[in-house]
Amino acid sequence: MSMFGQVYVKDNKYRIKGDFHHLTPNVPIRNADEGWKLMGVTNPRDMTYIHSYGGEAQFFEALGEGKLLGTRCDNPDCEFKGTVYQPFRIHCADCLGKNTVFDMTKLAKTTATVHTFMVCERAGAFNTLDKPIKFVNIEFEGVDTILMSYLSVGDPEIGMKLLPIFQTKNPTCTILDLSWVPAGTKAEELPEGFTF
Amino acid sequence: MIKFSKHQLKVPKLMRPVYMVTGGQSKFDRAIPDKRTEELCIDALTMAAGLINMSPAELKSYIHTAYYGHFADHFGDQLLGEAVIHDRLGLDPLGTIGIKTGGATGGSTPWEAVKAVASGYSDCTLAMGWERMDEVPTDEGNFLISCAADKDWESPLGHIYTGYYAVMAQRYWQIFGKAEDSFRETLAEISVKHHGYARMNPFAHSPKKITVADVIKSPVVAYPLRALDCCLMSVGAACAIICDEKTAIELTKNSSHKPVRIWVSAASHTLRPADRRDMDIPLLPNETPDQYKDLGKRFPGGDRYPGFTGFLAARMAVWYGYRMTGVIDPNEDLDLLELHDAFTISDVQTYEDIGVRPYGEGRDYVESGDCYHMNPKTGEPGKLPSNISGGLIGCMHAVGATGIMQTFEVASHIWNRWAEIHGDEKRWKEFAREKPADWTDLQVKGAKRGMAISHAGVGSHVTATILMDPDNLLKENA
Ligand SMILES: [Zn+2]
Repeated sequence: MSMFGQVYVKDNKYRIKGDFHHLTPNVPIRNADEGWKLMGVTNPRDMTYIHSYGGEAQFFEALGEGKLLGTRCDNPDCEFKGTVYQPFRIHCADCLGKNTVFDMTKLAKTTATVHTFMVCERAGAFNTLDKPIKFVNIEFEGVDTILMSYLSVGDPEIGMKLLPIFQTKNPTCTILDLSWVPAGTKAEELPEGFTF
Repeated sequence: MIKFSKHQLKVPKLMRPVYMVTGGQSKFDRAIPDKRTEELCIDALTMAAGLINMSPAELKSYIHTAYYGHFADHFGDQLLGEAVIHDRLGLDPLGTIGIKTGGATGGSTPWEAVKAVASGYSDCTLAMGWERMDEVPTDEGNFLISCAADKDWESPLGHIYTGYYAVMAQRYWQIFGKAEDSFRETLAEISVKHHGYARMNPFAHSPKKITVADVIKSPVVAYPLRALDCCLMSVGAACAIICDEKTAIELTKNSSHKPVRIWVSAASHTLRPADRRDMDIPLLPNETPDQYKDLGKRFPGGDRYPGFTGFLAARMAVWYGYRMTGVIDPNEDLDLLELHDAFTISDVQTYEDIGVRPYGEGRDYVESGDCYHMNPKTGEPGKLPSNISGGLIGCMHAVGATGIMQTFEVASHIWNRWAEIHGDEKRWKEFAREKPADWTDLQVKGAKRGMAISHAGVGSHVTATILMDPDNLLKENA
């Protein structure tokens, strides 16, 4: 029995364990209209990648702890000093200085508003969200950008007030650990594993 | 960026005139199981040679460097697919490079070829694009396309690019379309038009005789977008031969058309719409600083630019392109357009970005009938026909080839060879497609100037390719 590939870092090097690929045999593709003559072949390939979050790792870690981190340019020499970024941006888009990280959970809880949204009936392979997927793009007071995420309860509308929720039980350590619900949603309505 | 420096607003200038002398394309379809990509590319190059009455070998002998565009290595499952094609075209050991800018790849590839000729590096170049989107089924294809979004912040959200795009459509639909049924019908009309024009195009993947009601009844993909509002996923190849003046004259000496002048400009905007920041609207030559002062009053919520409703990259591509070529008003100065109709609604958004209509008024381009070959309101030729090829909705979206196909379409009108290329019975037979009994010649009569827009994803890259008959330029020394 094979084992899923697992990775940890020690001495700033990846240490890997288990299988990072799985063998599936290829099969010929034949033409039913012309005596089953050969047309091609399938190429199965199931492979696990090793991906670094780098300077954004703290953002993804914080989601599992129920916190939303944003960043801000505090460089006094930046023409656009004070720009606030959510999505969390490691470096300022203008001066390329290192941004200051701050906890914006409270700001999100008090000012998150739907800028636009989309209810999507389809998904691609490897999707793990329930369909239809309710995309929401969220404005926050004083933030210069508009975060894309998904709504877990109710139906979205432009201008709707939202609250962030976090997958704090068994977090996936991906952006899916952050979701949103309409203001006024009760704790018992939240999806499994999520808390305010 | 939210503010431009004067260096960044330099109007591009080619160091010598550049010409497109010929082009060609393969059949386009959802799947082409009986041909390898190289066979499709050879079909396109052979066609290009045939149009100027040359053999492929003669034409190849002029090519000095080659530019290849295909969007996704992982669709074709072949890294350095460009090198495979280059070898199979027998163009080694010439210099070659691969170009990737998502959906705009078919515009960026000629951008590179044009610059190589303008600089004097090459006198004759090949720009070839293709996409092999039939190596995976649709769900897996959607997954692969979603890999073009930010893989940590966007792709895990459903692995469905349409969703990331559609949030922008929703905002436009509500703010500028006011969620009106009449606007929904206008969007449907675009799909009817593009599938309808595709019926006259033997290369096209999705010819359809449909009605507005058919579009509005088609399955919802992401409300208000329905299946028939969306572009195709295709296989195919297209190419263009781009030269300096001396070579262009030599190559067309036995051809029934003269070469056309070509310029390509390009711009970009955030890969994630989430990163967009507010700025002033960069104005086109046919706009005035005060005309957008009351935009937010006329369309509540519409004052945030580019917000999620404008494509800044499209605006900037033509900002450079119009100034480079002397276009003041595209409605007056151009005779036809090929736009990147990834979705019916993004087609409307683009009318505004490229100044065919002011921001907020894009729908009028369709509702006035100006966008048609023959204006259904007046029975006269449309003022500025668009997407006569059928576009991405009716003809094809074989990503790396798309922009080149659209450029070739514009050229075929300026060459006055549209009917010959699309009406040839032999070609319909060769593609095993039936020429419709009501086949119509869609040549834009007297076309002298046109433009093709190529657009990536949520607007991360956009190119504007402007073609002009060399005897009908708008600006000296352009
Ligand atoms: Zn800064």
